[in-house]
Amino acid sequence: MPTRDAEHSSLSDTERRVRALESLLIEKGYLEEAALDQIIEAHETKIGPHIGARAVARSWADQDYREHLMADATTAVAEFAHHGRVGDQLIAVQNTPEVHNMVVCTLCSCYPWEVLGLPPTWYKSPAYRSRAAKEPRAVLSEFGVTMPPETTVRVWDSTAEARYLVVPMRPSGTDGWDEQRLASLVDRDCMIGVGLPRTAD
Amino acid sequence: MDGVHDLGGMDGYGAVTPEPDEPVFHHCWEGRVYAMSTAMAASGAWNIDMGRFGIECLPPAVYVSSSYYEIWRQRLENLLVEHGLATADEISHGRSTSPGRQLPNGTFTAERVQRVLKRGTYTRAPQAPPRFQPGDRVRARNIHPHSHTRLPRYTRGHVAVVELLHGANVFPDSVVRGDGEDPQWLYTIRFDGHELWGDDAEPGTAISIDAFEPYLEPA
Repeated sequence: MPTRDAEHSSLSDTERRVRALESLLIEKGYLEEAALDQIIEAHETKIGPHIGARAVARSWADQDYREHLMADATTAVAEFAHHGRVGDQLIAVQNTPEVHNMVVCTLCSCYPWEVLGLPPTWYKSPAYRSRAAKEPRAVLSEFGVTMPPETTVRVWDSTAEARYLVVPMRPSGTDGWDEQRLASLVDRDCMIGVGLPRTAD
Repeated sequence: MDGVHDLGGMDGYGAVTPEPDEPVFHHCWEGRVYAMSTAMAASGAWNIDMGRFGIECLPPAVYVSSSYYEIWRQRLENLLVEHGLATADEISHGRSTSPGRQLPNGTFTAERVQRVLKRGTYTRAPQAPPRFQPGDRVRARNIHPHSHTRLPRYTRGHVAVVELLHGANVFPDSVVRGDGEDPQWLYTIRFDGHELWGDDAEPGTAISIDAFEPYLEPA
């Protein structure tokens, strides 16, 4: 739970205004306080990149599942999702030696939040949104990723209600690993396409 | 609208700076703003596209100098006033001076939380057969509507190849104009980096957008 606000003895103007707004919306009968608490709790404790990581790990371990994931990610990821439900038009895109995929929303902050959690601040920042489409290799290098010239860097700008999940390549040296161990190599950034999975050692 | 939100290809915003072990919300108020925005969007008073346009209509200087959830807070206040659900005075004081209006979907209660923890569905029955197929060459039209559109400025006038044909989707431009959902086919179209950025393109790059059929013409 965030505690930064509690460290200040006086409320900031923004916090005062947000509290006023919440009181008003409750008094008007538009919403219940408990409903807000539950939305926040779900995003802080239940919905996160562990969901996408489990789907990626299984796709590495199980070829039939991989085909399902690539054909219809919405139904394939559902079993790992909070309450078993994922919105439609979720699309998995797989990295290969020839193509590295990377996702951005240049117009706002579209993101597959049901499978990765709410987007990090950098994903929503003008720096990322302005540059990912024009100089993706330079942006990748700021994340410590250098793509060889023979690999096409493919950027998916999420401009409508489809959402993209990058399926990274399975790291070498992981033969025989079970899904749980494989999932431990998969973090949020590699499923956005700005990182690579951890290596086996 | 040709707004400051349409950031693709802009220079000057500096390096991308990831924060290690970033919390979901940095301040408690951010979570409250997120949750209130989600709850009020589920009220049926406005849809996701009208909500996005609410952000685009903020003054450019506010947009570029405010944090993400500060933008969301201002958008929510503006939409409440625009839709007659609260007055600016009531919002400032946090006290209601008149009864709340009936929301299309009623009070947002805890029982309804599960529904908003999944993205909404925007696919609809098509109104006509698709005009394009994967492999077709298309040009993003050179349009500059003053209202909401999801065709990024950096693609307009440029040629791409249709890669994926999705279903028919709610057409954001129409919803925000007040003309209803008017479902349109949605395509993933792929541009070569050089087509968009000329000699300044990085080598070996391709960029796709998801484009509604009215954004496209044959090339």
